[in-house]
Amino acid sequence: MFSLPPQIARRSFLRNSGVSLGSMALSSMLNQQYGLAKDATQQDVPHWNGVVNPPHFEPKAKRIIWLYMAGGMTHIDTFDNKPKLAELHGKPMPESVTKGQQIAQLQGAQLNCFGPQHAFKQYGQSGQSISEIWPMLGEKCADDMCIVRSLHTDAINHDPAHTFMNTGTMIAGRPAMGSWLLYGLGAESQSLPGFVVMVSTGNYGQRQPIAARQWHSGFLPGQFQGVEFRGTGDPVLYVGNPKGVNSKQQRDVVDAVQRLNGLANTRYDDPEIATRISQYELAFRMQSSVPELMDVSNEPQHIFDLYGSKGGDGSFASNCLLARRLAERGTRFIQLYHRDWDHHGAVKEHSAGTAKEVDQGVAALITDLKQRDMLKDTIIVFGSEFGRTPMAQGNGRDHHLAGFTMWFAGGGFKPGMSYGNTDEFGYHAVENRVSVHDVHATLLHQMGIDHSRFTYKFQGLDSKLTGVEEANVVKDLLV
Amino acid sequence: MHSTFFKTVLLAAAVSVPFGVPHADAQTSDSGPLPDVIEFNRDIRPILSENCYFCHGPDKNKREADLRLDTKDGLHGTDAHHGALVAGKPDDSELFQRIMSTEDDKKMPPASSGKVLGERDVQLLKKWIEQGGQFEGHWAFLPVRSPARSGDSVSATIDQLVHQSLTEHKLPASVEADRITLLRRLSFDLIGLPPTEIEVAAFLADKAPDAVEKQVDRLLQSPHFGERLAMWWLDLVRYADTVGYHGDQPMSVSPFRQYVIESFNANKPFDQFTVEQLAGDLLLEPTQEQRIASGYNRLGMMSAEGGVQDKEYLAKYIAERVRNASGTWLGITLGCAECHDHKFDPLTAKDFYRFQAFFADIKERGLYSGADDGNWGSFIKVPTAPQTAQLVSFDEQIAATKKVLETETAELIAAQADWEKSQIPWTPLAPDSMVSLGGAKLSPRADGAILVTENNGATDTYTLTLTKLPAAVTAFRLEVLPDDSLPNKGPGRAGNGNFVLSELIIKIKQSEQEAATVPLQNATATYEQTGAADGNPYGKWSVEAAIDGDAKGAKWGWAIMEQAGRPNYAVFETAADLTLPEGTTLTITMTQNLDNPGHNVGCFRFSVATEPRPIKASDSPPANLLAILATPADQRNEAQKTELAAYYRTVAPLLNPIREQLAALEKQRNDLNASIPSTLVTEAVAPRMVRILKRGNWMDDTGEVVTPAFPSALAAEPPADKVLNRLDLAKWIVSPENPLTSRVIMNRLWKMYFGAGLSRKLDDLGAQGEWPSHPELLDFLADDLRTHDWDLKRTIKSIVLSQTYRQSSLVSPDVREVDPYNRWLAHQGRFRLDAELVRDNALAVSGLLVKSIGGKSVNPYQPAGYWAYLNFPTREWQNSTGESLYRRGLYTHWQRQYLHPSLLAFDAPSREECTADRPRSNTPLQSLVLLNDPSYVEAARAFAEMILRQEGSTRDRLNFAFQRAVSRPIQDDEAAVLEELLNNHIAEYIASAAAAVELLKVGEKPAAGDLPTPEMAAWTSVARTILNLHETITRN
Repeated sequence: MFSLPPQIARRSFLRNSGVSLGSMALSSMLNQQYGLAKDATQQDVPHWNGVVNPPHFEPKAKRIIWLYMAGGMTHIDTFDNKPKLAELHGKPMPESVTKGQQIAQLQGAQLNCFGPQHAFKQYGQSGQSISEIWPMLGEKCADDMCIVRSLHTDAINHDPAHTFMNTGTMIAGRPAMGSWLLYGLGAESQSLPGFVVMVSTGNYGQRQPIAARQWHSGFLPGQFQGVEFRGTGDPVLYVGNPKGVNSKQQRDVVDAVQRLNGLANTRYDDPEIATRISQYELAFRMQSSVPELMDVSNEPQHIFDLYGSKGGDGSFASNCLLARRLAERGTRFIQLYHRDWDHHGAVKEHSAGTAKEVDQGVAALITDLKQRDMLKDTIIVFGSEFGRTPMAQGNGRDHHLAGFTMWFAGGGFKPGMSYGNTDEFGYHAVENRVSVHDVHATLLHQMGIDHSRFTYKFQGLDSKLTGVEEANVVKDLLV
Repeated sequence: MHSTFFKTVLLAAAVSVPFGVPHADAQTSDSGPLPDVIEFNRDIRPILSENCYFCHGPDKNKREADLRLDTKDGLHGTDAHHGALVAGKPDDSELFQRIMSTEDDKKMPPASSGKVLGERDVQLLKKWIEQGGQFEGHWAFLPVRSPARSGDSVSATIDQLVHQSLTEHKLPASVEADRITLLRRLSFDLIGLPPTEIEVAAFLADKAPDAVEKQVDRLLQSPHFGERLAMWWLDLVRYADTVGYHGDQPMSVSPFRQYVIESFNANKPFDQFTVEQLAGDLLLEPTQEQRIASGYNRLGMMSAEGGVQDKEYLAKYIAERVRNASGTWLGITLGCAECHDHKFDPLTAKDFYRFQAFFADIKERGLYSGADDGNWGSFIKVPTAPQTAQLVSFDEQIAATKKVLETETAELIAAQADWEKSQIPWTPLAPDSMVSLGGAKLSPRADGAILVTENNGATDTYTLTLTKLPAAVTAFRLEVLPDDSLPNKGPGRAGNGNFVLSELIIKIKQSEQEAATVPLQNATATYEQTGAADGNPYGKWSVEAAIDGDAKGAKWGWAIMEQAGRPNYAVFETAADLTLPEGTTLTITMTQNLDNPGHNVGCFRFSVATEPRPIKASDSPPANLLAILATPADQRNEAQKTELAAYYRTVAPLLNPIREQLAALEKQRNDLNASIPSTLVTEAVAPRMVRILKRGNWMDDTGEVVTPAFPSALAAEPPADKVLNRLDLAKWIVSPENPLTSRVIMNRLWKMYFGAGLSRKLDDLGAQGEWPSHPELLDFLADDLRTHDWDLKRTIKSIVLSQTYRQSSLVSPDVREVDPYNRWLAHQGRFRLDAELVRDNALAVSGLLVKSIGGKSVNPYQPAGYWAYLNFPTREWQNSTGESLYRRGLYTHWQRQYLHPSLLAFDAPSREECTADRPRSNTPLQSLVLLNDPSYVEAARAFAEMILRQEGSTRDRLNFAFQRAVSRPIQDDEAAVLEELLNNHIAEYIASAAAAVELLKVGEKPAAGDLPTPEMAAWTSVARTILNLHETITRN
């Protein structure tokens, strides 16, 4: 008595779930197995193709790999050489520079200049100025990098600064950039999450916490949330079968659920049932696709040599290798945190140590993407939530928001380029200043999205990743 | 046929939203003929707000051409200004001309805005101007209309108003839902739990005309009613168990949750409920309950991140309070006016800061430094009456026992004299030089102790050089001493007075020889910190770690957190007797490298002994008595004598039995006290000055100073001679003058009982919100609530007894075609249970649910390592044991940064901010949770056992399972699927007995010993299937 003509049920389903045809329809296998109405197309499970479809303009890149140096990488000892600061080492920082500026742990302390702790070298054809603590990156990738030395941000403490860098505001509850991208463009992969986060922890800096807020979908629907891949235990939470249940038995249970839901679907006209069926199918696929992704044993030796890791050890290099595998499989946004850059003390030794943890992995990732011809449509983003002071904190440096460095590679960013500058102290970004919102606008642009037209209604406002203040695509950085 | 079909689908795709997510922005009037009479608020304001107000609205700083379209004067003009329109004449109206213009520089809205008016919008505007261009104030800001409806019940009025709009839209109402569906709906909506199969049977058998009402009354009286409403309320007031920022440390507020549950159960009038939370502390002689309620103001996020600037975070906390109170009670986005006047609503930045000033009296800090011990400002303990009595009793016994200990006897005096003779003499050392690597300054205090000042580095290493030395040494002693200049009086420099001495290295250099390390051994201390020792390889902050050569990690060391403000010392024996001839130099290096910054020693002193080893810290009295002991007995003053005698009595062997008795009593008292929850409360102090912060910049001190006032668009200016406070705010919020609160509450309750609000924007009733589908109904309910003592149970009962509520949720294709989002309520809603209820339901079905109400938060199973990226301190989730594993989801520990993953998967919010509207997504991660989370596997196991204990055939058992899980009999085709699964798995688990045993070990509950293992395992597969069904987690 509850049954409806299948075609109408189907139509309502599509209309209400608002999913585009083509990739949306359920496969005939599902249809037959679970009593769903037949459909004209042969594509399988529902697939979200994004609201910016077609894109606002031709995309230059398909995916982003964001290498997030958590803790606040010292720009002065890594990518922003300041000879003048070296001359002034130990002398008071002129008050004109610091007056009225925000200070974190150095509140009330004497502010003395602290020169760059490492020598810099000109690397590559382009002669990029990079500290010697990045030998592999410098030697192999300098000519791929587009270094921006004029970043500035709004937050001086880790937690709000991360939130600002990821969501464009310091207020919790807004979507992370990866969630925005999934909402806008969907993902290519149908059996792996489109927004994946991995975290590694080093041995030098303070291990600053990273909140799951940094990959939360905020006010966007839950399916756009970032999924954390973990080094230990189940790589994705709950992806492993219960103890005592083998894959065949798990499939049996999923099949039974699907068949019963399918029977319900023929009885009630409720589009959510059909969606539920497809989500179980996706979930079951993830139970095999995730372990397949994580198992790097079939990678050749020269790849292990390149990354300096055999994988599976939770290191940054191992995560870089997984990032490449995810990129190959169509994940849209991959974010690798390396939690080791908060160098309040011994910045010389610690920045060298942390850079060593990162150097080979990032150089390998860029090289590997290049040799697969994937760098052209993959954007590598490398940077921190903020920089570190040109002033000493003992023999370390404090948090710093007024000027710092990020760099990009691939995905239509100009290779071998340097852009913007801080003042001679490395304090203020003064030339070609770039805001966090500018970074977001530029990245969206490369993905084919006009940031000013990419909105979602929240609390009455057309909310944007780039916020309410002006944000600009930094065209100078782009090919 | 096919081509039409595709067109429909593609059209839908153009306004596509994620599958499984209802379209949030669909307008109800996007098609069909224009209404005969255009209404400004229904038809015109949404168009102007969306397309024009950004430049021609309330924000004076963004206003273009001095034109505003949100006021009557702006539209119709004044003596001084032309208006934007000429009544009756669209073609003469500039507003319409601009819209129709084909010239780029005249066309409105301009291309740069990205806004394009639809054809229907244009026609609506035209017709509106033709009809006179009538203006209305924004509906939600106008007084609540109180329709004169005498005689009819609230339920009947609901039905009349809904019926009226159904008739207008030519839609039929649905028949009443079948009784099973109705009882399930009522149970989930009112108590958040499924009906038992016995309750269903009783209801089916009850033929009385008031059978439904009896069920409703039963459910409204259930203690679980308060739990269901509390889930809703706790989202709004952002209740959580941790502070949210940075280290996301725990804070204790569970009594607040209990207050909310009990208030709903007691049907406390909503106005009183409101006043108690916002200003319970300001009520005359507040009760404990009202003080707990005032904790509302303290539920926001807090930070203990080193380097936080107080002023910045005070600004963050108070701004969040504006967002929360205005969001929770007013349903407006006042938070948007922090940096600039509101773009769409008549709310100014001044309104924002004047509202903020209501909260300026709340005692708080910007940086809760060193708060990892749970000190987050004002709190009270919340004992039960028996607990209070027990505490008093303990205190009396303890006082009596202490009295015995304090009584001096001749025997004791003699024993003390002997004891004094046996004390080891210590010789203080005076360094020649002292250096800090972290830029601190080390200088001698008047008493020779070393005081550390100036820069407190994240880590630091002190190096002391000494040449003035005794001839021989058998042990070194390091005293750590309090000083008033240190945080919490020290002896450390961390905010809580603590330090961590990671390593102590002493080197000796004799004339020309190389410096050599002095081997140290048998380190002992008068106190070693036991708190916050998770992950510490020593199990405590042991002094042994300070001489271990960092064998177990460089950061571990000696600390004394619980003893902050008091002197302590450590003793280090030298491995061999040390002789120090003239010309010897000693170098003492103190390394402090904890990863929690600033844990450096603040005041200390070294001394040495020459007595034969062993020398232990416990052999000597505490550091503060050393000076007294060094004074000959006849030269001590009275105070010194008293102090020494008092100490002696604490170690005198004669008093051992009494001391043990005291220790036992104190332990019992402390254990009891620790088991009593505390809760953060609001404490009022002299209000801080509040300024308008230009562009929200907290560093800008040039803005106007403001005093508390209600938003100017909603209330008259306060009298100049009266300073308003939080209590005034609370009372105004629930006063008849405020048009918003009762509407906001009713609109949100409507969502709970129908799946969507009457205005579907639950978080914004402002201009960008949605014109309600049934404005008259919303006002009727709002008015009714307010004029009937804010009696929520009365209102809820009226709603759920209405015919509108009792309709079937099945939809005919025709109705769905006309009203796909069910705006006109021709049927009930169907939606997935909220996150907490998904698990509550599984626990209830399986019989595992523990139904006790309230108490501290609990920790159900959570994957190991999920908290790996929390720090300060690092933590590992500890699963609860016993009953706490099976409590309802609203009691799950709410970790803001890492919410329990199965709650998170089902859209539970982190509660960092006010959440008025949870999304309802449908994702593969949800499927993984239901399939594999041990909570659900264990529930399936328990359910399987329950099923197996039923008498009868397999079919009978399957029928029982369905009755229990979805309240209805199983169908033949369904039974066939499950029987096939069952039989296959019985065979497989017989063949693989070990696997069956493994499965039956998931979760803490022991498997039944008297049932066959393969059957139990196979039935677990069946039970898992049933618990995973869409129907099981859906409210129809």
